[in-house]
Amino acid sequence: MANTKEVRKQIASIKSTQKITSAMEMVAASKIKKTQNEMQLGRPYSEKIKEVISHIANSSSEYSHPFYEHRETKKACFLVVSSDKGLCGGLNINLFKQVISKSAELNAQGIESNFALIGLKAASFFKSVGGDVVANVQKLGDKPDPDALIGVTKTVLDLHRNGEIDQVYLCGNGFVNTMTQEPKVEQLIPLPAEEKDELTATHWDYIYEPEAQDLLEGLMTRYIESLIYHAVIENSACEQAAKMLAMKNATENAGDLIKELELLYNNVRQAAITQELSEIVGGAAAV
Amino acid sequence: MSTIKVSIVSSSEEIYSGEGTMVFATGSLGEIGIAPGHTPLLTGLAPGPVRVQNGDDEKTFFCSGGFIEIQPDLVTFLSDTAERAESMDEAEAIKSQELAEKNMQDKESELDYTKAAAQLAEAAARIKTIQKLRKNK
Repeated sequence: MANTKEVRKQIASIKSTQKITSAMEMVAASKIKKTQNEMQLGRPYSEKIKEVISHIANSSSEYSHPFYEHRETKKACFLVVSSDKGLCGGLNINLFKQVISKSAELNAQGIESNFALIGLKAASFFKSVGGDVVANVQKLGDKPDPDALIGVTKTVLDLHRNGEIDQVYLCGNGFVNTMTQEPKVEQLIPLPAEEKDELTATHWDYIYEPEAQDLLEGLMTRYIESLIYHAVIENSACEQAAKMLAMKNATENAGDLIKELELLYNNVRQAAITQELSEIVGGAAAV
Repeated sequence: MSTIKVSIVSSSEEIYSGEGTMVFATGSLGEIGIAPGHTPLLTGLAPGPVRVQNGDDEKTFFCSGGFIEIQPDLVTFLSDTAERAESMDEAEAIKSQELAEKNMQDKESELDYTKAAAQLAEAAARIKTIQKLRKNK
């Protein structure tokens, strides 16, 4: 049977782990508020640019953008948004599973895929499973900067322009609430056709200054960038929520373990006392 | 007096949302004034001040590059980074301008040069905004 000293040591070590996990839980809880706030702040821009894009789709424009064009698909690109740090439960791995299954599904239709990765976890995952990685950005921090994403976005869009890829999927976790995060794989390019509204009833078009093509090109790029930025922000909110939950569970598990060990400690201690007593009684009887 | 709905947004926040009787901004092809009932127009937004007049009240915002969408009843500024003009620090702007100029002198590649030129234009626009604000005070 284990001796009391060993058990005491084990309890002490689990208690210090518990302190760390509960501190991490509180840190994540306070960060959730910040990231949620950022999601709110970024919303007006995404809404406005979506509005403008739908106005353009509804105008009788002389120029249609390649991002709306459905062409025969030979290669698809998955833009995977993941977290930089671990300790957030199954958040990343659930997403990667969906990406892999979607990629396998496309593969069955004869469509190859490659990957553009945001975040350290995606990079290490796709390094281990193998896969054609075309772009990567890491270490965005808790407050992702839109500028940091420009490189990846440009790489993917350039590949699309050159005809090397025909479809782009945006993969990231959707924030439902602090308890639930949902991995999503959504088609980014070609963009789903806009719904026509009352603006279409009359024939009108913008005056473009300078050329329609240049302007729409820039605007579309900005639109895609804003969608990706939003996905990154949302994923970072998910990361904090998942981390809070994972750390909460870890703290609770540590508590259970401590309880069990304390019971064991008392057992061991009592057994030692009983043994000592019976030895004394036995000794006295012998004399 | 008729008004037009004005919204100025950047990717990380909403800068301004409200009504205006007249809006002035720097488009990519020059300064434009937008009155209610303007014809639909889509244009680039150059770095510079955006002034929103509502009667006698006037507000100034600084916008770096982006896009302007105009419909007869609304105008939307999609700015890359927009910030409130009052909160800007002139010294900071001059410093960034000096840095940009310095970068321009020891140009190493085409890319660095165009980047420096853009930085210079932005810094110059910031200073212009601040000086305009000072004059109004």
